[in-house]
Amino acid sequence: MHAEEKMTLEKWPASPEKQTLEAKNKFLGFWLFLGGETVLFASLFATYLALKDKVPGPDHALAKDLFEIPLAFLMTMILLTSSLTSVYAMYHMKNFEFKKMQLWLGITVILGFGFLALEIYEFYHYVHHYGHTFTSSAFGSAFYTLVGFHGAHVAFGLAWIITLMVRNAKRGLSLYNAPKFYVASLYWHFIDVVWVFIFSVVYLMGMVG
Amino acid sequence: MENNQTNTGNATVDIAYRRKKNAEEMRHQVITFTLMIFLTIIAFVAVGAGMSGWFTVPFILLLAAVQVVFQLYYFMHMSHKGHEAPALFLYSGLLVGLITVLAFVTIVWW
Repeated sequence: MHAEEKMTLEKWPASPEKQTLEAKNKFLGFWLFLGGETVLFASLFATYLALKDKVPGPDHALAKDLFEIPLAFLMTMILLTSSLTSVYAMYHMKNFEFKKMQLWLGITVILGFGFLALEIYEFYHYVHHYGHTFTSSAFGSAFYTLVGFHGAHVAFGLAWIITLMVRNAKRGLSLYNAPKFYVASLYWHFIDVVWVFIFSVVYLMGMVG
Repeated sequence: MENNQTNTGNATVDIAYRRKKNAEEMRHQVITFTLMIFLTIIAFVAVGAGMSGWFTVPFILLLAAVQVVFQLYYFMHMSHKGHEAPALFLYSGLLVGLITVLAFVTIVWW
């Protein structure tokens, strides 16, 4: 089967994301990349844990002064839900329902933007109400690097998914673009995996003290 | 089970069968999601209740680990066949990562 062949429901295979050699390579390469990303985020987590609450004076805000349960909870719920909506998108991809896949990817993107908006508000709040900035303390540097890097991943993931949606809007599904959608959804889940550790290690452990 | 192409020679039967399989898997995904939401709520409640850190910190880390397993094995399909190489890459990454975290939280300030 040629990758860009016009597809019909009858011809659509059970695992459209792994039919061609390119797709198999993409799949393998992407997981290697995720292994590397794990190391990268682990080093940022390690830095954060080592520098947590290391501030130059007693007037600087500490983790337990900054973090609040409602905002962290809301951000977590939004990102977690966006993970489920991208699972729905891949479900429709496997059933060769292009429009439904696009719809669920669209919902995922909206939730992703919601998350980013809350994060921007959060950073703004810390800077203006607590003077907690990137350069105010080692704690600030470590915090904004870790959480900001995750936020940058969310932004990149959004750009990626939107690009795929727009580029393929009139093409429909094929064995050429199915692996692209699949890999983008893996990336989105990985962002959620990292966030699980951020809300546990940074926010929840920060509030415990 | 993912890589097996079902082929009865009858396209309509195959499609109906695969759709049923996909729908079944999607139901499992929704159950996984519900459990993840539940674990998240428990973690936030444990912190909100203001219990001792000696209990709360290991507890929320355990809940986080369970959630990550759910994400990887169900949402990211690592429970499916053909994920030996991804598992190798990811666990190698996790091993290096854990050593890094361990080194930083022990050696740096002690």
